Amino acid sequence: MKKPVITIIDYGVGNLISISNAISYLGYQSINISSDFHEIINSDALILPGVGAFAPAMQNLRNLGLDHVLNEVVLEARKPILGICLGMQLMADTSEENGLNNGLGWIPGNVVKLNIPEKFVVPHVGWNNIQILKKSPLFKNDNQQLDFYFDHSYHYKCEEKYIISECNYSCSITSAIAYKNIYGVQFHPEKSQNNGLRLFRSFFNMVAQC
Amino acid sequence: MLKKRIIGVVLVKDGIAVQSIAYRKYLPIGKPSIVIEYLNNWGIDEIILNDISATRNNYPPNFKLIRESTKNSQVPITLGGGINSIDHINTLMKCGVDKVVLNQSALINPSFIHESSQIFGSQCIVVSLDCIKVGTNYRLYDYLKNQSLDFSPIDYAIKVQELGAGEIFLNSVDRDGSKLGFDTILISQIKNNVNIPVIGCGGAGTPEHFSKTFSSTKVGALAAANIFNFFEHSVTIIKAIVSRDHTVRCDTQNNYFDNKFDHQGRLNKKKDDILEKLLYLKIEEEKI
Repeated sequence: MKKPVITIIDYGVGNLISISNAISYLGYQSINISSDFHEIINSDALILPGVGAFAPAMQNLRNLGLDHVLNEVVLEARKPILGICLGMQLMADTSEENGLNNGLGWIPGNVVKLNIPEKFVVPHVGWNNIQILKKSPLFKNDNQQLDFYFDHSYHYKCEEKYIISECNYSCSITSAIAYKNIYGVQFHPEKSQNNGLRLFRSFFNMVAQC
Repeated sequence: MLKKRIIGVVLVKDGIAVQSIAYRKYLPIGKPSIVIEYLNNWGIDEIILNDISATRNNYPPNFKLIRESTKNSQVPITLGGGINSIDHINTLMKCGVDKVVLNQSALINPSFIHESSQIFGSQCIVVSLDCIKVGTNYRLYDYLKNQSLDFSPIDYAIKVQELGAGEIFLNSVDRDGSKLGFDTILISQIKNNVNIPVIGCGGAGTPEHFSKTFSSTKVGALAAANIFNFFEHSVTIIKAIVSRDHTVRCDTQNNYFDNKFDHQGRLNKKKDDILEKLLYLKIEEEKI
């Protein structure tokens, strides 16, 4: 199996190094951290990271012209892409974080504030187990309840057909979505120890077989 | 279900990981990167790396050391010490840091909490509260001046939550390095007045201290430093003992869920016939 060329999209926000640390730990050597069109179009898999607030992240993408680049590479060239946390939320139509803002609109849905009973604290931070609803290249062992690290105050509301796993925090939270070549996870696989490494491995194995 | 978090604190003073006793006495432990690597391998849930000398010496965070230290961790790392600008946080995000702890910068300039949480999101901004008991009340404590402030930690906690802090890192100065157990009264007081996660810290001496504090307060995360450096198999043992009453995450190959412990939380020897069987048991290492 050939090792894929992986590009982590650099748009000024996000914990890029955490992700590249985790991926290089698995032995992948061709990892770019880049916002360059040629590097992005010439890679086999993309990671859209994200830590922070929705509006400045979207603004940064636009300022760098990356919204157009990504639309072309993801929607037309159909490169597999994995959005992490805010990177997943950017794939929605809109987000209501600090006012209503438009996202990339790749997977129909809206990002809304966690609306939960008072005794549950927000942000939803810590290790929570997910329930896998559908078979997906992201999860190899789909019969287990896996723990992943979450840290977010908003979540992705979308149609059930896009949801591949959810987790429970007094309400159901969409924890992973997929549509064609587009994947997103609300949790942080790069910070979820072995379960996170397994997820990256499954994703890149799928990419290598494409 | 959300798991109770067990967090390891690595205190750094002048580039060396240290043990702290009551914020006054410090003993050297070693290289921070090694301490972090071990905590990660033992299955800690999160790590807080706190540089206690940066602000005192008026230095920015030691980015080189931090970058080196985060390399071997696949659990979230929160960094504290010397942060007083948006640029610092930006650079830290590029050093493998996931969250930041603000202490002095938030105390001096509370609007910095608001400013930084607008840019990086609340989930990224942790505010640290050092608290000390003065008479029958708790007061905030200024670790630079080594003195208490005439300010109630509860009021401050409510204020930092309003300003956009995503978590509160609550330290008891009295219990620091004392091994007397967590200050459950302080933890409850703060926890019951805010709606953001609180991390209790200070005083952990035995694994029982963790499970008792999780039972008697509503806190979702407890942190400690010394116990992880001076108590063998501490992460695994603490998780095994806490798991009797609470849900914890266990991602390591071995756990001590079936083991028995003495009153101090040390492992009891297994029976001879079990040890005999273990001798011939082959455990395959999973290659991810």
